Amino acid sequence: MVRRRFAAAGALVAAAALVLSGCANQSGSGPAQTSAAPAPAQPNNAVLPAGDGQGKCAPGTSIAYVGTLAGQNAALGQAIANATELAVNQHNQANAGCKVTLVKADSGGTPDTAVGPTQAVINNQAVLGIVGLPFSGESKAVGPALNAAGLVNITPSATNPGLTKNGWTNFFRGLGNDAVQGPAAAKWMQGKFNPQKICVIKDDSDYGIGLATAVSQALGPQVASCQGDVKTNQKEFSATVGQVQQAAPQAIFYAGYYTEAAPLIQQLRDAGVQTPFVAPDGVKDEQFVVNAAGSANGSFLTCPCVPQEGFTAFTQAYQQAYNTPPQTYSAEAYDATTILLQGIDKGANSRPALLNFVRSYNGQGLTKKFQWQPNGELTDTPVYVYRVDGDKIVTDSPISG
Amino acid sequence: MFLDRFWANTINGLSYGSIYALVALGYTLVYGVLQLINFAHSEIFVIGVFGVYFTFLALGFQPGQTPNVPLAGIIANLVLAGAVGMILAGVAAVILERVAYRPLRKRNAPRLAFLITAIGASFVIQQVFRITRGSNPEGTIRLLPPEPLFRIFGAPVTNLQVIIILAALALFVVADTFVNRTRLGRGVRAVAQDPATATLMGVNRERVIMITFLLGGLLAGAAALFYLMTIPQGAVFNGGFLLGIKAFAAAVLGGIGNLRGALLGGLILGIAENYGQSLFGGDWRDVVAFVLLVGVLMFRPTGILGESLGKARV
Repeated sequence: MVRRRFAAAGALVAAAALVLSGCANQSGSGPAQTSAAPAPAQPNNAVLPAGDGQGKCAPGTSIAYVGTLAGQNAALGQAIANATELAVNQHNQANAGCKVTLVKADSGGTPDTAVGPTQAVINNQAVLGIVGLPFSGESKAVGPALNAAGLVNITPSATNPGLTKNGWTNFFRGLGNDAVQGPAAAKWMQGKFNPQKICVIKDDSDYGIGLATAVSQALGPQVASCQGDVKTNQKEFSATVGQVQQAAPQAIFYAGYYTEAAPLIQQLRDAGVQTPFVAPDGVKDEQFVVNAAGSANGSFLTCPCVPQEGFTAFTQAYQQAYNTPPQTYSAEAYDATTILLQGIDKGANSRPALLNFVRSYNGQGLTKKFQWQPNGELTDTPVYVYRVDGDKIVTDSPISG
Repeated sequence: MFLDRFWANTINGLSYGSIYALVALGYTLVYGVLQLINFAHSEIFVIGVFGVYFTFLALGFQPGQTPNVPLAGIIANLVLAGAVGMILAGVAAVILERVAYRPLRKRNAPRLAFLITAIGASFVIQQVFRITRGSNPEGTIRLLPPEPLFRIFGAPVTNLQVIIILAALALFVVADTFVNRTRLGRGVRAVAQDPATATLMGVNRERVIMITFLLGGLLAGAAALFYLMTIPQGAVFNGGFLLGIKAFAAAVLGGIGNLRGALLGGLILGIAENYGQSLFGGDWRDVVAFVLLVGVLMFRPTGILGESLGKARV
């Protein structure tokens, strides 16, 4: 009884939030809208793993999670594996006629270690589809084998733009890539800061260079006239700080990872540079906030990940099952799993059938609408801005496409 | 751009170069006595960094905002943490020598074996930190935030930079005096110059070697304190890698085996890096430093001041 009332209240709140966020979206890219309730609620037409409960499939039908479980950056992989497992469990509970088995394969998170486990999954003929792989490097390494096997593969987190340029017909990306994030970040900064000049600082990784190029192009050569470089593992940034002081920009965009971003922003703030600091998903991590020790406060972080706190049913179920709130890309993984399960429920009983189902899929998920272009990129790729508030990363606003 | 930032770059370079110099002294001392490039010295430095960090933790400081402690308390805490870091790094250097190098020396191993052992020891220590502490930096603990004290030609000089430059110079003078003016130091120089004769004259070679490693470790521990004061995010398993290479380059630049050369090399390298980044952009920071090194070695193959630890030049 109590629980039912709770659910009703939750639905009301969700509906209200939906209306609110709808309004916020419509009022466009006005610069001063940081305080509106930004996290989207669960869309009321979102397809959930349970489906309609009428699913029918052969016993033993499997899908797989392939990705890091204990290897490099394991926390990210676990957040994805957990969400996948949660979706499969919810599906099996609701569908008496279709019990799907989840196979988990630890890829180790690196290109060198991913090939063997992936091949084992390919050889397991019961597996009809894969959620993963989480990282771009390993995705690139196993892509040809998965493509040759015709095994459909939805990644919830790999964002390197090059992955969809290999001609693979089985690869689908469940979020916006880095070529989407860069222009979105540029557009948001233009609306927010009305800048004459922005310093674009990049590290020497492929990720940082690609993103900085995309941001600089979108800003134009006049605004992005101040360009800085740092090295991976560099810790002393006085020359970069001096460059920023000299340029006196309206904002700083840092294209790189949190390891360098934390000392960089601390040294900027120490030197009295209070310019707004904007950084991409590579910096969106607790480590950035902890290591910058207060200096990160007020920084903005862009990410093609959708805030999850509004998806109350999902976050509560996840919290209950794993005793921790969902992490970055959990909801994306939940959506990707749901799509595979939908296909199986609807009678896709072979790899080619499930591949075709995903290719022509068009439906609402928790995070976004899922419909893929022929190359495997989504048609609709929202990017969000997050903000460091004290020692927490909170949702700031969506970047309206 | 370059001229506007000239003094700021110089001061920042001097301050960071002082850290290079202190680490470079360790390379130079060991090379002078054993003709061994102790590649594990960068990990001795990292041990010092973690020693300082854990002392902060033990003293009750928590990662996060800079705590509000009176100045005298801050200084006392810093000195204590620095002392722990120095002792730990010094002891670690001696243990390293015992475990890794002495057995080889006993068997008259070729010089290459020492070099490979040094590289191996470096990896082992690094990976032990990675396995036990993870690959993320330790949470930031900062006792003393930098504040400008005065200006030189418009460039601010912070309290941290003043402390680091002065303390590094003082430590250098102590080390230099020790090697050049004390009885033990005379032993070090004697072994560096001619180990066989020194042994015949009653110098205990093994003890000299131990003292050399101890001194290098102590200086690296002090550098670790200054490093962590400048870069509070520095307590991480691979934090010594780049800095170690730079410090080794500084030692070669000044003339390896030469204490004053290590100091000069460290300061020059620190400044040159900043000039290089200012002139050519951040991508060229390391390139400039090493082009300078190669350029100097072409005209002075033994470094700016030459190899002189053993030359008994007082």
